[in-house]
Parts: sequence; structure tokens; C-alpha cells
Amino acid sequence: MIENRPWLTFASHATLLTGIALVALPVWMALVASTHPASAFGVGHIPLWFGDAGAETWGTVLFEKAGNGVETPVWFMMLNSLIMALGITFGKIAISLLSAYAIVFFRFPFRNLCFWIIFMTLMLPVEVRIVPTYEVVANLDLLNSYTGLTLPLIASATATFLFRQCFLSIPGELVEAARMDGAGPWRFFFDILLPLSRTNIAALFVILFIYGWNQYLWPLLITTDDAYYTLVMSIKRMLSVTDGDIAWNQIMATTLLAMLPPVAVVIGMQKLFVKGLVDSEK
Amino acid sequence: MTVTFPHKVLPWLLLLPQLLVTAIFFLWPAEQALEQAFYREDAFGLSREFIGLENFTDLFTDPLYYQSMLTTLVFSFSVAIVGMSLALLLAVMADRIIRGKLAYQTLLIWPYAVAPALAGVLWWILFDPSMGPIALWLKSAGIHWNHYLDGNQAMILVVIASTWKQISYNFLFFLAGLQAVPRSLIEAAAIDGASPFKRFWTIVFPLLSPTTFFLLVVNLVYAFFETFGVIDATTKGGPGQSTTTLVYKVFDDGFVGLDLGGSAAQSVVLMAIVGLMTVIQFRFIERRVQYS
Repeated sequence: MIENRPWLTFASHATLLTGIALVALPVWMALVASTHPASAFGVGHIPLWFGDAGAETWGTVLFEKAGNGVETPVWFMMLNSLIMALGITFGKIAISLLSAYAIVFFRFPFRNLCFWIIFMTLMLPVEVRIVPTYEVVANLDLLNSYTGLTLPLIASATATFLFRQCFLSIPGELVEAARMDGAGPWRFFFDILLPLSRTNIAALFVILFIYGWNQYLWPLLITTDDAYYTLVMSIKRMLSVTDGDIAWNQIMATTLLAMLPPVAVVIGMQKLFVKGLVDSEK
Repeated sequence: MTVTFPHKVLPWLLLLPQLLVTAIFFLWPAEQALEQAFYREDAFGLSREFIGLENFTDLFTDPLYYQSMLTTLVFSFSVAIVGMSLALLLAVMADRIIRGKLAYQTLLIWPYAVAPALAGVLWWILFDPSMGPIALWLKSAGIHWNHYLDGNQAMILVVIASTWKQISYNFLFFLAGLQAVPRSLIEAAAIDGASPFKRFWTIVFPLLSPTTFFLLVVNLVYAFFETFGVIDATTKGGPGQSTTTLVYKVFDDGFVGLDLGGSAAQSVVLMAIVGLMTVIQFRFIERRVQYS
């Protein structure tokens, strides 16, 4: 800063540390709760320090069954979540790259109409039109399938819009030069456009992976078969199956495991993630 | 104007996948919602009867719908305002610090990655009336916390869980905004003897107003649509209707109450609201892009 004010610097550190402590508080509690046996959670009693049942709880939840009525082990649901998250991520990036390419670098009739049709889906989550979307997917016989889990969520224009903005900033001279060198549209796409949008794609990957992994309502509705349960939605089933007697230790362990992959992705790819957010403003 | 490729068929092939997915999973359901909104259907979908605008008139004469609108407004603005002020405070503090900024940033941004439903469950255990440490602590301070019975407390719980997730997002944007404030302006004010607080309110904060406005829109959209998981995992819209937001009501009336026509009418109203918000945001983004 401009001038040296030691007490203000001290206050800054203190505020930030308090903020971090408050933000981390629920996770710390969850970690503690997952190390106690289910019997430790009674009226007026929740353990405030680590117990010794952690390994057992985590082992059971991960490899045997998540508990509270969910018979599927967490590792299996993680696999389903991963398939769903990656399917949504790659699907969205692929179709958006192609459609943005068409909209920016070609002139054809109804170009603007196409853009607006796609653009309309921007930010309109599936939750808003949940009943009819469910019916459409049921009509197509896609309940309890990976296609049903991923395809309907690919229909949103955020990525298309971002790629359009990115492509529009590419100088026309570049396209002209490529054309003069005899490059066709495919060659231009693979040799020039893709390498130029590499960081955008990577940043988008982080954001879309989190979006896909964290889906809740959609998988909850369309999966009734254990084989397609995803991790985040299973929390709901764990909470609702048993009345009163909730095994909090298992729920907390599952919750922590469910947040691990996306948090790891955000922290590991922090630079790209921040760039993806701040540059694109969404 | 970008240089283009002269092709007639190729652009359509490129657009095909996206147009197909949009048509099947967006336009078709939207059209169905529109159609359903004019019918009364029995719970099993066996018979339907055209009733014109009755679903809409029912909706707009239903006091519960207005209550849900009010709930949504209170909820969304609470999430936006609490989340933004805390994030701004943290960002200003982080911006002052020269060393360890990245460490602080790392420790603050991770909640962004946590699913809303999981955030709800995490805060629930802290506030559980019979065993949650915060609930018990409140009890010893004379406040009887029971979000199962008290609508206002249920609202506070879902606001806290939803805000928690959003602080990291707001923090990043405010930090980026603060770093874009020209140092020379602040230096000049410092030479003129303006205190750090005065500098913040007269120089920095006004320069942050585009970021603040942008974040307000994004936060409202988030609270409107993406907090479904928080509400469903913790309060299920209760007690009573006290945490039933508009989006939760679409789900609740459609899948739990099996009132398909009413739910469809709500979908149509919501889509109109989103359309409006999208246009506002799009204009705003376009304007920003032009001026920056």
C-alpha cells in the first residue's frame, strides 16, 4: 500500500484469517464428525475433537456402502459423477466450439436467428422447466442412463457465448493470411483457432467440470437405479431415507469425499480458474 | 468485421449438434411447458382438459405464490448483500497485503467448488437444534434455535449456507477490480492527506461500481436458480412455506404436488423472468466490453 500503517496491516491479516477460519469451520466440523462412531451423535452432544473411528467410517463409506439406505459404495458413485461431469464438460466444449466457429467465421442465412436461439438458453437452468424436461427425457427412454444424465445439461449457451467472444477478438488479417496460404476451414480450425483458444478451453474445463460434478436435482430425478447414482445427489437419499436416526458420521464422510474432486480441481488449476472467471465475467 | 469462409453447407453441419441438443432438451420442453400451462391434467397424465388461462389466474390469485415471490426476493437480496459485503471486506484486506496474497486467495476460493446441496448439509450439522455446536451455543446465549419450527431461522440457515459458497466468487471479482484501480490516484489522495478509509469511500468504491453491479446481477441469478440444492437438502421449503422460493415451488408443485398445469404455468413465468434478466446482463456485458 501507499504508506506504512502497521496496525492496518495487522488488522488486514487478522480479518483475513478470521474469514478463512469461518469459511473453513463447517468442513472442519465435518472432518471431526466423520471420525466418531454413529452413537456419538445424541441430544446435546456433538464431538468437538477428533475421535478414533475415522478409518472405519471412511473405509465403510468408500468401499462397502455409503449408508443410510444408500447401498452403493462411494467409489462407485464417484465413477458415475466423473462420467457425468466429463461427459458434460467435453460435450459442451465440443458443440460450443463448433457452433461458435460457424457463427463467427461463416456468413449464411438465419445466422442471427441461430445465434439467438442458442443464446436464449444462456443461464436458464434445467430446474426452471424441470417437469417438461423430465417428460421429454422419459419419452426418449433415457431415464437411468448416462445419456440422460449428460445430454440435457449440455443444452446451455454459456460456452458458445464465451467462444464467440474469444473468436471475435481474433484479427481478420490472421484469417486472410491463412486463406491466402490455402488453408481450408478445417485446417484453419485445427491449426490456428484451437491453439489460440487453448487457455479458454482449459479455464472452461475447470468451470464446467465443477458444474457437472455438482449437479443435484437432475440426477436425483432421473436415476432410480443404484447403478447410475451420482455422489452429490446420494446425499439427499442418505438424508431422507431414515427418519430421526441419521448416521451423521457416514453422511459427513460422504460429503467430504463428494467435495474433494472439484475442490482439488479449483485449487490445482487456480490460475486458469481465476482467469476463466475474471476474464469471461461468468 | 471478421473475414469469413465462403461455404453453404459446412456452417450448418457445425451448428447441427448444438441446434439439435437445444431443440430437443430446451425448445421442446419449453414448448411443452407452454402447452401444459393451458391444460388441467390429472396426476397420471391420462386425461387433460383445455382450461385457457385458468392456471395463470389461479397462480396470480394464490396468496402462496406471492408469499413465495416475497420469500425469493428476501432470500436473494440477503444472499447477494451479505455475500458481497463480506467478500468486499476480505478483498480490500487482501489487496492491502503484499506478501501471502496467493495463500489467502487459495484458502478463500475453494468453497466455490462445493455443491450447494453439500454446503447446506455442512451448515445444517452446525445448526442442528439438538446437537449442533452453534445452535447449542445460541441456546446458552438465550436464543432458542430451531430451524425446523421457526421460519425466520430456517431462512437464516439457507441464507448462510448459500452465502458461504458465494463469498469466494465475489472475493475474486472484487480483488480483480481493486487491482485495476490506478495506483496514481490513490497516491495523489494520500499525498493530499486522505486517510485510507476516506480514500476507499471517495475513490476506490466508486471505481468498483461496475464490478459491484455485475456481481449483484450474478448473485441474484445464483440465489434465484442455483440454490435449489441448499433448500432441498436442508429445509425442503419449510417450515410451512417459509423457505419455498419460486424455483423450489416449480419442483414442489410439479413433482410432489403433481399439479402439472400449475407447475408449467410457473415455469413459463420463470422463463420470462430469466429472459428479462439475461437481456439486462447481456446489455451490461456488451457495454463493458465496448468501453474497456
